[in-house]
Amino acid sequence: MLMRILPEIGHFALIIALLMAVVQAVLPLAGAATRRPLWMAYAQPMATGQFVFVLLAYGCLTASYLMDDFSVVNVANNANSLLPWYYKLSAVWGNHEGSVLLWSLMLAGWGCVAAWWSRHLPRDMLARVLGVLGLISAGFLLFMLLTSNPFERHLLDIPADGADLNPLLQDIGLIVHPPMLYMGYVGFSVVFAFAIAALLGGRLDAAWTRWARPWTNAAWAFLTVGIALGSWWAYYELGWGGWWFWDPVENASLLPWLTGTALMHSLAVTEKRGSFKSWTVLLAIATFSLSLMGTFLVRSGVLTSVHAFANDPSRGLFILVLLAVTVTLSLVVFALRAPRVSHKVGFNWLSRDALLLINNGLLITMTMTVLLGTLYPLILDSLGLGKISVGPPYFNTLFVPLTVITCLFMGLGPAARWKTTSPGELLRRLWLAGLAALVLGALIPLVYRGEWNLWVTLGLSAALWIVLSLVRDLFDKLLHRRSVWAGLRALSLAYWGMVLGHLGVAVTIIGATVVSHYAVERNVRMSPDTRVEVAGYQFTLTELTDRRGPNYLADAAVIEVQRGDSQRRFLMQPEKRLYLATGMPMTQVALRPGLFRDLYVAMGEDLGDGSWAMRIQYKPFVRWLWLGGLLMALGAVLAVADKRYRQVRPARLAQEGKA
Amino acid sequence: MTPTRKRKLYVIVILLSLAAVAIGLTLYALRANINLFFSPVQIAQGEAPMERSIRAGGMVKPGSVSRDAESLNVAFTVTDYVDDLHVEYQGILPDLFREGQGVVVVGELQGDGHFRADKVLARHDENYMPPEVAQALEDAGYSPADFQAKADEVGPRRENRDDT
Repeated sequence: MLMRILPEIGHFALIIALLMAVVQAVLPLAGAATRRPLWMAYAQPMATGQFVFVLLAYGCLTASYLMDDFSVVNVANNANSLLPWYYKLSAVWGNHEGSVLLWSLMLAGWGCVAAWWSRHLPRDMLARVLGVLGLISAGFLLFMLLTSNPFERHLLDIPADGADLNPLLQDIGLIVHPPMLYMGYVGFSVVFAFAIAALLGGRLDAAWTRWARPWTNAAWAFLTVGIALGSWWAYYELGWGGWWFWDPVENASLLPWLTGTALMHSLAVTEKRGSFKSWTVLLAIATFSLSLMGTFLVRSGVLTSVHAFANDPSRGLFILVLLAVTVTLSLVVFALRAPRVSHKVGFNWLSRDALLLINNGLLITMTMTVLLGTLYPLILDSLGLGKISVGPPYFNTLFVPLTVITCLFMGLGPAARWKTTSPGELLRRLWLAGLAALVLGALIPLVYRGEWNLWVTLGLSAALWIVLSLVRDLFDKLLHRRSVWAGLRALSLAYWGMVLGHLGVAVTIIGATVVSHYAVERNVRMSPDTRVEVAGYQFTLTELTDRRGPNYLADAAVIEVQRGDSQRRFLMQPEKRLYLATGMPMTQVALRPGLFRDLYVAMGEDLGDGSWAMRIQYKPFVRWLWLGGLLMALGAVLAVADKRYRQVRPARLAQEGKA
Repeated sequence: MTPTRKRKLYVIVILLSLAAVAIGLTLYALRANINLFFSPVQIAQGEAPMERSIRAGGMVKPGSVSRDAESLNVAFTVTDYVDDLHVEYQGILPDLFREGQGVVVVGELQGDGHFRADKVLARHDENYMPPEVAQALEDAGYSPADFQAKADEVGPRRENRDDT
């Protein structure tokens, strides 16, 4: 009996969570404004309760999926009794309603964590932070209950079997990608809440930045991993071998990442030097707004891609209104309060402060160019001025040079001092790194391919410049220590976080540069015993077979690969699958991954007469793209773990001791 | 003017000129890289520019797909049921490319009225119709629903054929 009403339990849990979110928003904010401790005290229990009830709802939906309850519309549309259990779990968020539920769950989760980890915060500050989070939660829960209820039922005509999950989403990358991305998007809501709370309370001091920084880093780490996973998934699942398409949906995740990166750096200045306060707050608002805008673009059906699940205009309108309200309200708060919290701190135009400001400027410029290219077609279309699309060349012509310039400053930044640096000192410390980066960058393409290429040189030099200047900085830091080991240990985790993060950028740039210029792609017609040579590897089609998977039929090819004249051979087995429930065909790529090159074989189409069109690719250094992403995320995690953020503990213990 | 003001002025002038350069470059890049969409009717009426990257779309006319026996060259006709557009492409067609289904092609219109496609886009979902195509069909006097019905009638699915 209980099992049969699970969806209703979930539905009620969502309603209760909504009510709790409203209480969490209204009472603590009002309490903080009127200084009533009792009202403020509602914040923590409500945040916890809200999380528990959203979790309950989420559990109910998951259970419905696992039990193949096709009377639930959401399950019937997105799962199938043949689907393996792990894809049933991930199918929960492989659709519009479920992914909004996941969004809300994470929002409530971040809120709950914020409530319990931030107990050392001043009471009014915590009340305001949780209040703002409650407001956002209420908006999303309302959105879900009004326009996209995941627990809707088929009252009559319960289907015997489900329509199945889109085969493109039946994949390990897609099990992990959306939760990571959402953790990032939603994580910035905590930073946003901190910013608004600081504005409301008029408290924007060094302590505030110390509270806000770990949350920013954590959210940014999740977003980075999410984007890297998305790119990795597109690479092997779409069958094209591309890793970034400048698709509006990808751009939607890149935008908050860019402003989030700017925010991290601006927070560093605010903490160390007390400057850029209003700018930091503005970035926090922008980052969260862009996260919301990404959700709007992806969820509203304005864009059409694998990410757009449904075209229901009321949903788009709701998120657009939510976005408009958030941006307007927060900018109004900013306009009213920012002059009160900002104050002037002087610095020289050659200093770490200034270099970080330039970095921020560049990141914002990148954000604007991507935003323009993404929104321009949508705006023209909605004004009825014609349907256009903006191609990757636009993004590449602007983004690549901007990245190279940013790298230039990334090398200078860590070596410069706060407040002021003498040009002579900077030059003395970095000339060698700069020269070496240029020379190596110019030589490597010559040695590697025997042909010079400006863009490869620029990309490699930029990456090497980052690495070598970091090495030089590390060397200088260790020079005056007793031993290397003691020196290494004396460096803070936050410093190591910076080093890893910057290294990650360099690794990604190397990957992007090499794979963009030296990848080889050949589309060929192959019948058994056809031999094709690509980049020194011989591909021989030995066999064409078919096989049956749990919920699909597949045409499979067996390809023997041999490098040059060496005797070592290995097999690659790409497939073309036909998923039975949806009738959708899908390309299953055969990959031979390696640190320095990937071999990539995808089956194109059956050309009749026993031959197939095959796409064979050689992708040098492609793994470096995602490896760099992981390094960046790891860097951010290290920075969160820095002991500076944990120094509050003794203070709290003392407080509790007194009480 | 005091020295401080002078310095501020310089900074502002430099920032403004940088911004102007950035905006100029952006607009230039944008202008050079937008692809306009044209329906077969518009192309037949000569509205589309020749030998410039554009997008076109419609339904793949049933029975029009012809492959070269030796290479990966393929030709097919895209139609909005008013006018036809002959498309040539070299390479691998996407998984969801079918006769009787909506498709968008990116490429250049040749002097002989043929369209040389660099990219063929059929989207991720079986029932999905590219919005440009739906619009073009509506302009040609068909509702998308009509159209899906028609497509279902005439475009036997490839896998059905494979099964028999």
